Amino acid sequence: MIFKKLALAAVGATLAASALSVAPAQAQENGQFVPGLVYRTGPYAPGGIPWADGFADYVSLLNARDGGINGVPLVYEECDTAYNNDKGVECYEKLKGKGPTGGASVQPLSTGITYALMDRVRADKIPMITSGYGRADASDGAVFEWIFTAPVTYWAGADAIVQHIEAQEKSLKGKKIALVYHDSAFGKEPIKTLQALAEKDGFKLDLFPVPHPGLEQKATWLKIGRQLKPDWVIMWGWGVMNSTAIKEAAAVGFPMNKFVGVWWSGSEVDVRPAGMDAKGYLAAQFHGAGANYKVHEDILKNLYEKGKGASDRDKVGDILYNRGLISAVLMAEGIRTAMTKYGNKPMTGEQIRWGLENLKLDDAALDKLGLKGLMAPLQLSCKDHEGGGKVMIQQWSGAAWTPVSDWITPRRDGFLTEMYKESAAQYAKEKNITPRTCN
Amino acid sequence: MDFLYNFFISPFVQIADSPLFFVEVLTGGLLSGVMYSLVALGFVLIFKASGVFNFAQGAMVLFAALFFAGFIDKGVPWWGSLILTIGVMVLLAMTIERVVLRPLVNQPHIILFMATIGVTYFLDGFGQTVWGSSVRVLDIGLPQTPLEIGGVLVNKFDIIAAVVAGSLVAVLAVFFQKTRVGRALRAVADDHQAALSVGIPLKTIWAIVWTVAGLVGLVAGVMWGSKLGVQFSLAMVALKALPVLILGGFTSVPGAIIGGLIIGAGEKVAEVYWADAIGGGIEDWFAYMLALVFLLFRPQGLFGDKIIERV
Repeated sequence: MIFKKLALAAVGATLAASALSVAPAQAQENGQFVPGLVYRTGPYAPGGIPWADGFADYVSLLNARDGGINGVPLVYEECDTAYNNDKGVECYEKLKGKGPTGGASVQPLSTGITYALMDRVRADKIPMITSGYGRADASDGAVFEWIFTAPVTYWAGADAIVQHIEAQEKSLKGKKIALVYHDSAFGKEPIKTLQALAEKDGFKLDLFPVPHPGLEQKATWLKIGRQLKPDWVIMWGWGVMNSTAIKEAAAVGFPMNKFVGVWWSGSEVDVRPAGMDAKGYLAAQFHGAGANYKVHEDILKNLYEKGKGASDRDKVGDILYNRGLISAVLMAEGIRTAMTKYGNKPMTGEQIRWGLENLKLDDAALDKLGLKGLMAPLQLSCKDHEGGGKVMIQQWSGAAWTPVSDWITPRRDGFLTEMYKESAAQYAKEKNITPRTCN
Repeated sequence: MDFLYNFFISPFVQIADSPLFFVEVLTGGLLSGVMYSLVALGFVLIFKASGVFNFAQGAMVLFAALFFAGFIDKGVPWWGSLILTIGVMVLLAMTIERVVLRPLVNQPHIILFMATIGVTYFLDGFGQTVWGSSVRVLDIGLPQTPLEIGGVLVNKFDIIAAVVAGSLVAVLAVFFQKTRVGRALRAVADDHQAALSVGIPLKTIWAIVWTVAGLVGLVAGVMWGSKLGVQFSLAMVALKALPVLILGGFTSVPGAIIGGLIIGAGEKVAEVYWADAIGGGIEDWFAYMLALVFLLFRPQGLFGDKIIERV
């Protein structure tokens, strides 16, 4: 008898729980589904978490402050990829069909997962935004219809770093530059650009691959600091590799103000473990640091003061948090632009692609979004999926990142666009893609 | 032809040209090797006492470091954190003995090995659930500045790590050879049932050995955590310990140190002088290649017990 009662109670509780879960599900049916391929676990979690928090907070801010985008609520669901390609594909497949219009744009937050999803997003007609990572030649929108590299690519970043070095040295002729890179698809991305620049500008480039995860780099840094003695070192690292490199560089006495990391080697999680050894270290960024922008004010007021923030309050404004936030802005503004043509309702992948290709974030638009100064203006098109983003160099003071350069415009008018075109054409040939005509 | 020159001639020309730099690379390698030995010691202890390869040793290093750094972040002084973390590691050892090992007494070693894989996943997840996945800076005042001795650059931190590892080996060697518990541990390793039949309490012995391995993990975690910050990647230092174990032998405490020194020095010298000939970035896999060569000629490692199978 008791067992029967318990069983009935259990069935009742299950039914009640099901009924409760129906209500939000119905509400979700009218919203724009936003898939979040993030990594809060695994060896790269320290970098993945702040990015995911920044992204989630911006989505929550739009819902809390504006009721979504033009009245359409955003329904956000995360899936943890652990920075693993297989899991990334699994997450994509899991989320792409959710919501009334599916996972209508995706941001894989990994160059490896980007490569793994390229054919799938083309088949599924889902735009993939790869802000500051992924395949650089995907900036050519005529070939890569579904991939958006805004605001900058690795090739553009490498060019901007070399421009900064040139500005410090006056001339690069005869200089020695070493590239310390994560021995992966991500780490190898800038090599082609740097080799082209070395030939053009007359500097000598030495390459130092660091195998995953990069826990031990003593030999590499002995070679660099005691044998080669380059004028500058550029780092293309991720995860524990970065802080280890900074410590080993300091141990061989390499000056930090001649050591520049790409944006994935330039966050608080990279420099803090190295302590004061990291003071003076430089990093290229495509956005500002700190929480002194209007958008942060809104996030703190609408989310953190109400206990709804995804992160710790003191982490709001960290480099990777801001990067996640900007990535969410690109997605949201793509949707908002799409709505100007297709109406205020959940957008499909094709509609968001149109929105992204017509996205214009000038100073006035950035000011309206509370982002003025946090990022450089952008304008994307059918042909140009990068949008003319800019890069600045920041320096770690021991406590915070401070800009030490103005916005640097990568030389897209010159050799970069040619490189994009050439590489994209080769990809199109391999995949049997006929480039579309962009007017 | 270029390859032959770069592989067989160029490295030796470089060494002859700059012998001081070679000494620097060698010293750096030996000191790095000591850091690998710190992790390898934990594996040796459990293998020596139970014949089980403890896949969870890397996770134990991370787990101990997370608790130690976490307590410090909560405002507990470092010595208080150390005591609390020791308590956590003792509790962990007792729990593993009770929940994982006791039900598996007399099972084949492969079953126990599989169980330690489960323990790894649990520790990775539980540690990060309690303390989060962000990087924690661990600063217990160990000097990190380089020191130049006779033109050779040495890191003070690496010297301290070498002293710590040396002391640990001395203590463990005395523990295994001179104490009753140590002898009982070795008896259990030889045969569970035989040890039980002569009155050795298997449960207590296993709890002790896992505690000691946990404490060695704590020392390794503190040293590696001070170097890299406490983060998930610390669990991966176990990968550095595997070739050390193959070389030094799974059952020898001094072997873990000698193996570490050979691996550390070998991979650094290979990376600096031979990497260019084969494309660079050989530091990680070179250690495994060296271990593989050793396996061919001496499967039990330099100091491991000779494998005798009676048919």
